[in-house]
Amino acid sequence: MINLSTNQQRFTGKFAGYAAMLLVVLVIGIPMFWMLSSSLKTYREVYTFPPQWIPSNPRWANYSDAWNAVPFGRFYLNTIIITICGSGLQLFCGILCAYALAFLKFPFKNAFMILILAALMIPPEVTILPNYLFMGNTIKAWLGLEGNWVNTYQGIFLPGAATAFGTFLMRQGFRGLPKEVLDAAKVDGAGHLRTMWDIVLPMARPIIVTFGLISVVNKWNDYLWPLIITNTNSMRPLTIGLTFLFDNEGNNQWGIIMAGTAFVIVPLIVVFIFAQRFIIAGLTAGATKG
Amino acid sequence: MAETTASQAEGVLSANQAVPIAQAGRSRKKLASKEWVLFLLFIFPNMFFLTLFTYWPTVKNVILSFQSRNKYSGATKWIGLENYKYIFTNDRFQLVLWNTVYFTVATLVLTLVLGLLVALLLNQRLRFREGARAVVFAPYLLSGAAIGIVWAYIFDPRYGLLAQILSWVGIPSPDWLNRPEWAMPAIIIVYVWKNLGFAATIFLAGLQAIPKDLYDAAKVDGANVWWRFRSVTLPMLSPISFFLLITTVLATFQAFDIQRVMTKGGPAFSTTTLVYYVYDQGFGTAENYGRAAAAALVLFVAMLTITIIQFRFSENQVHYDD
Repeated sequence: MINLSTNQQRFTGKFAGYAAMLLVVLVIGIPMFWMLSSSLKTYREVYTFPPQWIPSNPRWANYSDAWNAVPFGRFYLNTIIITICGSGLQLFCGILCAYALAFLKFPFKNAFMILILAALMIPPEVTILPNYLFMGNTIKAWLGLEGNWVNTYQGIFLPGAATAFGTFLMRQGFRGLPKEVLDAAKVDGAGHLRTMWDIVLPMARPIIVTFGLISVVNKWNDYLWPLIITNTNSMRPLTIGLTFLFDNEGNNQWGIIMAGTAFVIVPLIVVFIFAQRFIIAGLTAGATKG
Repeated sequence: MAETTASQAEGVLSANQAVPIAQAGRSRKKLASKEWVLFLLFIFPNMFFLTLFTYWPTVKNVILSFQSRNKYSGATKWIGLENYKYIFTNDRFQLVLWNTVYFTVATLVLTLVLGLLVALLLNQRLRFREGARAVVFAPYLLSGAAIGIVWAYIFDPRYGLLAQILSWVGIPSPDWLNRPEWAMPAIIIVYVWKNLGFAATIFLAGLQAIPKDLYDAAKVDGANVWWRFRSVTLPMLSPISFFLLITTVLATFQAFDIQRVMTKGGPAFSTTTLVYYVYDQGFGTAENYGRAAAAALVLFVAMLTITIIQFRFSENQVHYDD
């Protein structure tokens, strides 16, 4: 009898577990499903109540309408350029700096480490105003340019070229590499550039891929700075272009607007499906190892 | 000695001009100074950009906050504490501070509590839990601007998804984004929805790191489920909870894109938080750099205080492996 009741208890427990899991997945998943389903709705279907979960005859033209309402092709190009340059620079700066902090001797190394950690505490809101002024008149005067760097690619990605978080994350990763291999390289007389290129980078690939992915996602989604520093559609990235589509179309062309949001979100979902393991590994490493 | 006190230039100099003592000592010195040069070369790009776009602007922001700046000519004038006096005696700024606290505390509590519950659930041995974990985490990576627009549609009081769900239980939908008392809850819902998965994922990592024998020992002592949670799970999660508390507070302090697309800080400034205020003062209608800089500094000091508390606390409480 007792066995039966514990079995029953276990069954109810499992059932409750699955029910709760389903609820969580629905609450998190439905808004994303809603975006995709609404992106195929006709104007009339958007304005029916109760709303339709799946449009009866999907209107694919919403996607071409959105594409033509604002220059999404250009927004894609801008986002891709900003993401590649921004993440590329962050990887370059971060890897070199992390290698130096992990393996090279220097008298005031800890001071540099603290200085870099301090950068983590400075919120972007504090730097946007001075950086905006810098990209305006200061850079023009410094470099003797014709025009300033407001509304240019370098104006968008240069302020995000360094990385405090990535340096910290990769330094931790580099220090975790087995010492014997590094010592063996030293005995073989390999210089630091060789050691970095042939040994450290291949062995620390997971942490570098993790940071690269986090950086790409951050650059892709970046909002406040591109909003301020751009002022024409020819320079705006996807996130800002989408905002202007939304501001202009107002609250009535939901089908077209949802198609526009899909343009921004779907590439991220694809990246996530292939790379979630790396991203989660990196973020949890940052949390559990300080 | 030069090499312990001075910069790389002096380091190189002293190595090159060193009085020859012993051959070995000299070459070791040479090697060391070569390594210092390499160190400085390697950190240069990162430090250069950090200095130009993070450290110096922070100092510049302090200077700006004591100035008034003509928006046409760019001419600046020192006005002492006028900007601070303005924002702190201004009713709107007090509303902004209140909004920031309201938004931060509500988002924090909901994200941590729900995140922990979801983590406990997805730590059970259930089929498909890997898939569920992925779904829960996904919104964290999505663009806040795009997510905000999707939710603006969901909140639509007449044709939105939420209106339908509420109608099933017979509740009429509030006009979420056009009512001062409902706009902030709407923003908080979106923010919690987006960041819940991050908290849950971090909590999960923490749960999986708890040694099994602690639970076994508690079981031997006759502790029931609730008591095991109280005496083992919660204390073992405390460092991770603290990490999440700080990162969530700092992230909510910087929340901007969702407000920008959903409410533009309105209606009647009910969703204008500190960040939005800085943006609005600096680049919105006001275009008053001095006041924006002063407000940004208030934000910075608040964040700094929280971070310092974190360091203080983690020194005493939290053990890291290295």
